[in-house]
Amino acid sequence: MIKMEYYLVVSTILMFVGIYGFVTRRNLLAMLISVELILNSVDINFVVFNRFLFPEQLEGFFFTLFAIGVSAAETAVAIAIIINIYRNIRNIEVKNLREMKW
Amino acid sequence: MDYTTIFPLMRAELTLTAILILLFLYDLLAGKRGRRWFSAVACGLLAVQVAVNLIPGPEGELFGGMFRYAAMDGVVKSVLSIGALIVCLQADQWLQREDTCHKQGEFYILTLSTLLGMYFMISAGHFLLFFIGLELASVPMACLVAFDKYKHHSAEAGAKYILCALFSSGLMLFGISFFYGTTGTLYFDDMAARLTGSPLEIMSMVFFFSGLGFKISLVPFHLWTADAYQGAPTTVTSYLSVVSKAAAAFVLFTTLVKVFAPLVEEWQTLLWVVTVLSITVANLFALRQRDLKRFMAFSSISQAGYIMLAVIGGSAQGMTSLVFYVLVYLAANLAVFGVLSTVEQHSGGKVSLEDYNGFYRTNPRLAVMMMLALFSLAGIPPFAGFFSKFFVFAAAFRAGFYVLVFIALLNTVISLYYYLLIVKAMFITPSDEPIAAFRCDGYTRLSLALCMAGVLLLGVVSAVYDGINAFAFGL
Repeated sequence: MIKMEYYLVVSTILMFVGIYGFVTRRNLLAMLISVELILNSVDINFVVFNRFLFPEQLEGFFFTLFAIGVSAAETAVAIAIIINIYRNIRNIEVKNLREMKW
Repeated sequence: MDYTTIFPLMRAELTLTAILILLFLYDLLAGKRGRRWFSAVACGLLAVQVAVNLIPGPEGELFGGMFRYAAMDGVVKSVLSIGALIVCLQADQWLQREDTCHKQGEFYILTLSTLLGMYFMISAGHFLLFFIGLELASVPMACLVAFDKYKHHSAEAGAKYILCALFSSGLMLFGISFFYGTTGTLYFDDMAARLTGSPLEIMSMVFFFSGLGFKISLVPFHLWTADAYQGAPTTVTSYLSVVSKAAAAFVLFTTLVKVFAPLVEEWQTLLWVVTVLSITVANLFALRQRDLKRFMAFSSISQAGYIMLAVIGGSAQGMTSLVFYVLVYLAANLAVFGVLSTVEQHSGGKVSLEDYNGFYRTNPRLAVMMMLALFSLAGIPPFAGFFSKFFVFAAAFRAGFYVLVFIALLNTVISLYYYLLIVKAMFITPSDEPIAAFRCDGYTRLSLALCMAGVLLLGVVSAVYDGINAFAFGL
């Protein structure tokens, strides 16, 4: 059987890829995708801990289900806002979103 | 399960949900003529909700400990409801405009659903309910920030807000997942008993802190604040700066003290650094602002730092002073935003500091109210802000954070300087074309009167502090 540590390495890499992407990407959709990577790494963590450490209960699985549902709702709102920006300025590059600064 | 126990414990949540459904149906069925009375209906229902929940009920827990109700939770929920009521009163003149009047229903429903999320967040006894409450409080908030669809600023602010919110809730969930891995439970009480203080748990605690730090906009997590405050409609900004912040601060207190009690050394160090940074950095940035909404954003970040002074001791005294501080801050800040938003509506969008030159000559009453509220924010006696700051400092001082209290005291002097800048602009600096004199409508007057009563009376009438204090025991 694959050991728990391997899963955790994958989820941690996913987490930091997400953070790196969020900081370096210059397109709103790409930033949104990076955030989704972070949320997915969390889901993996919960499922792995539940499966390997506490297999007699289901708390982690349920948390994952709820986290997926909530993050879908968040993504829907974020995309709606991004579409609204596209309608206003025909562009979703971050460099055009700096009318308000400092 | 006994259903008769649900109503007394979930009274605030159930009444608020009922109001949400009623408003939704009213929006659907009222038609064009009925919509004119929308704010009267909404504010009336909300006032009833405040009245029903004013007296805290018996304590207890529901759903196997997922939902807990303590008397202090009831007090905080009432404070938040009062804040939401005042915001709704101030919203009317903005919502009656041609371009927004067809969206009134959306405004009230979104606002009240964030309030519902905060209620659940406050009463959560399990990280799942806590997480859902937090998201219910922040996702509709992003819609509210981006409410002015056709204004570029509003859309930009909404994008910044939702992306930062997603990012910080991702970090927070990452922290919670490792707590689950080390303790095997997500219930607050069980987790507090099983925490050992291992390095992994300390790291998770820091991740968790970032999620709430974002909502309170403490300094390393504050970068969205000024932009979202400036771009959002002014009414939404006032809601964001008071109600949302107050709920998150209270929840931070309860989770740190109740769940993370074994890590007390670590979170006190963390909070120490964050408090000093919040107060100082925000004060320095506030000095150079010319847009008043942006200015109030930095002012609210530094006020959040002062609220953290109440958290750091983790005592019952800290709890009382936190709730009292939040109540006083609510009155003063909503008064300032009430004046800002009514001026913005009547003058065609003037919000910068220069526009307020000579404001006293044309609108003396509004100028005096704004001055009193700013004095309260700066902490000048005999206004309520002085007493709330005093109690917060006393709580931190008794817990032994002398240096921290000293730094905070120094910072009150800086904050006094920039609050007085506005007072100087209104009363002393002459202007060739000041904002023309106008009369505000009844809703705004009522809300400003409520805020002024808070600013003038909350500090002097000691029964308020004693009343809150009576519920803070048993921490």
